[in-house]
Amino acid sequence: MKNVLGRDIPEYIEGIGKLEPFQGAWTKLKEGWMNEPPVAIATKAKLPHENKLYKTLEEAIIKTNPVNGMTVSFHHHLREGDDVIVNCISILAKLGIKNMTLASSSLTTAHDGLVPYLQDGTITRIYSSGIREKLGKAISKGVLDIPVIIQSHGGRARAIRTGKIKIDLAIIAAASADCEGNATGTDGKSAFGSIGYSMVDVEYAKQVIVVTDNLVDYPCIPISIPQNYVDYVVKVDSIGDPSKIASGTTRITKSPMDLRIARLAADVIEHSGFFVNNFSFQVGAGGATLAVAKFIREKMIKKNITGSFMLGGITSYCVDMLNENLFKALFDVQSFDAAVSSSLLNNKRHIEVSSTLYANPFNCGCLTNKLDIVVLGVLEIDVDFNVNVITSSEGYITGASGGHSDTASGAKLAVAVCPSFRGRIPIIKKNVNTVVTPGESIDVLVTERGICVNPKNKELETRLRKAGLNIRDIHDLEKEVDGITGVPEKIQFTDKIVGIVEYRDGTIIDVIRQVKE
Amino acid sequence: MVIKQQAQAGTFESSDMLVLVEPVSEGTGRIIELHSPVMIQFGKSIKEEIINVLDEYEIKDVRLICNDKGALSATISARVETAIRRALMIQDGVLPSK
Amino acid sequence: MKKHKRRTALYIPGHNPAMVQQGGVYGADMVLLDLEDSVALSEKDAARILVRNMIKAINFYNTEVTVRINHIDTPFGITDLEYIVPVKPEAIRLPKIETKDDVIRVIEMIEKIEKKHGIPSGNIKIHPMIETAIGVQNVFEIAGAHPCIDAITIGGQDLTADMGIVKTKDNAGLDYARKAIVMAAKANRIDALDSVFADVNDDEGLRIETEYAKKIGFTGKAVINPRQIDIIHDVFNPTDEEIRVAIKIVKAFNENIAKGIGVFALDGKMIDAPVVTRAQHVLNLTDIDINEM
Repeated sequence: MKNVLGRDIPEYIEGIGKLEPFQGAWTKLKEGWMNEPPVAIATKAKLPHENKLYKTLEEAIIKTNPVNGMTVSFHHHLREGDDVIVNCISILAKLGIKNMTLASSSLTTAHDGLVPYLQDGTITRIYSSGIREKLGKAISKGVLDIPVIIQSHGGRARAIRTGKIKIDLAIIAAASADCEGNATGTDGKSAFGSIGYSMVDVEYAKQVIVVTDNLVDYPCIPISIPQNYVDYVVKVDSIGDPSKIASGTTRITKSPMDLRIARLAADVIEHSGFFVNNFSFQVGAGGATLAVAKFIREKMIKKNITGSFMLGGITSYCVDMLNENLFKALFDVQSFDAAVSSSLLNNKRHIEVSSTLYANPFNCGCLTNKLDIVVLGVLEIDVDFNVNVITSSEGYITGASGGHSDTASGAKLAVAVCPSFRGRIPIIKKNVNTVVTPGESIDVLVTERGICVNPKNKELETRLRKAGLNIRDIHDLEKEVDGITGVPEKIQFTDKIVGIVEYRDGTIIDVIRQVKE
Repeated sequence: MVIKQQAQAGTFESSDMLVLVEPVSEGTGRIIELHSPVMIQFGKSIKEEIINVLDEYEIKDVRLICNDKGALSATISARVETAIRRALMIQDGVLPSK
Repeated sequence: MKKHKRRTALYIPGHNPAMVQQGGVYGADMVLLDLEDSVALSEKDAARILVRNMIKAINFYNTEVTVRINHIDTPFGITDLEYIVPVKPEAIRLPKIETKDDVIRVIEMIEKIEKKHGIPSGNIKIHPMIETAIGVQNVFEIAGAHPCIDAITIGGQDLTADMGIVKTKDNAGLDYARKAIVMAAKANRIDALDSVFADVNDDEGLRIETEYAKKIGFTGKAVINPRQIDIIHDVFNPTDEEIRVAIKIVKAFNENIAKGIGVFALDGKMIDAPVVTRAQHVLNLTDIDINEM
């Protein structure tokens, strides 16, 4: 069956079930409630002064009675420095557990070590927002029988709440924790800031282990994950490599191309009509998507504009803007560098939020519903403004859905930024390999060779043209890029589906096929 | 024209192509070894661009080792032409050889 | 054909394909594809072949495509012309010009090459660089040597070397030379371009030097990193107020001249020819066409 974007979606997949095709960003949401019933929160009882502390992860895992076919969940707040996921999977594999579903909020380059466990049947299903490098390539080459399910951050929260992801065991890495399991990421030698992705896991998981390399005297403050959700606590020597978890202060890029694109994007924002007092803002963590913040900051100071909040993945640049009183608050679901953890710890206007408050569309209004302006990167974008952030131009799974479709849907102005081509590969195409964010959610595309406004935004286009910006038809730009790089040969895929891309409302927006070798 | 000596042109930098030209015995034909991160998408185009320059200089026998880093066609033909001219020893406007 | 604005001239090493292919995206008014000092002696052939191909293939949008060739007395310069002239760059920048004769020789060579390829002459603009003391002394003659010369520029680094002085932050040693070059440019009614500000991390220093350059009469400045472009444009661009006043003056002038009146009063001030010329110059720096208002 075809979904509303014309992508071919199978009606049923063995191991996953019936699929609902994507019908538009708001089709399900405008009904005003969630059709799927939520599942019950885990119910347990514990007697007072029971010991939760176990000496090793292995002991704690054994205590949880792991079984074949179980679902184990993790967060990815340790980013490239994570030591926990591969370690836990190898423990479970050693215990002879097979057929597991891995439900991580995302997977990074730190998780290439999981490939053997996919090959030998230890892990047979994966839910994740993103998958990279060797792991992504192995999946694209068809190592799993059941397709992986790519979800947005908001979509994952929904999936856990509805029991689509039934977490048997959630293993939460914490930078600090106490013997009862109160835990946080904001303090400790491996501090990583917000632990927002785990908050919904601990509510619904049947069992929860908190693992930390910094066991503190009771109570652990702040209480980001409260003890009443935690079954077991383990102290290990190290949860990961601090230099890769939270590198130094995020610097604004020096790349002339990124700076140029960022400057143009800031000009678009300035003249969009949305750059007014109390605007809310979200930017990326690097490259052009972060550099826009630098130019916006300068414009805010020049024009005496103060914003209301910044949202999302928070870098130290955002923290600086908060401290300069350019914004009233930061809502932090993921912290990107070391300076952010201490701000989260010390500044009450820097607020830790769960993925469900951040982006789950099925509640009385998540934060992305209140967002005015978001700047987003892309791996590919097509002439209908559909965006791919999950597969490379070669067709391999390499990126992440993340908060892309969540923020783009809610923002009044969603600005996609990218160079028009990268190393001879066009980024603006007639059709992207995989759609993650539908074109209806993207308002403007900013490249170094021109700015393209989504045709549905006639008023915005008039405003930007009047401001003298270089507005072009996206079809013309796409043709021009073809002229510069040459038209690439198409990547060949087989019929086997290796991944399905779930939109935030649970419908399927696209599928990922196996790359033909 | 006949390739007289080994020569190279270009760099390993992004958007460039490093071209190494080697003479081969008469009748060997054109051996083109191409390494490129965009082999699937542009391998065919790149080979055509290389062959166009070889045709222009009427080179029948040569070995080319090309290390592409996503160069555009203008760069590919420039690097191949430079390497060929150096290998043919017909470069003009250069420092006098010792 | 609309005259090019020349507030910024972005230097791009001619042997660097990544930089050349992006030359037109940074919003510089001119791009200087360099075959001279930024290209190693062993790579002169590679750079000129690359630049030739790039000029043919790459879209530089509204940026004025300029090539800085090697001096024709080097082993490279004449060959540079032979490769580059046929692809018709908009301007050619000539390093180390010392006499009127230097320039005329180059122009004659260009005309010869154009004739050989059946290209009409007179379209490629010539921008001599003054980089030696002799050049400074001869600059008035050089600037007026030929109608194709529509800009003249200073090579600060080489000039201080030729003078045997150290280049200081305040450029005191170059002050006379800069002003002499500007004066020669003004006397010949052509553009005067200042040399690069080398410290790419010093935004404030760049702004100060550019403001001084504008004050003494330079109409633009060379750039070595795209991030310098916005600051220089900011300095050279007229303010909104200056534009408003200029529009008023030129409009009033057009109305008055239609009635045969050449000098008139506006807001209590006398408006005569020099005032109108200055106002028109301001409008030339913007994209405003007074006839469309």
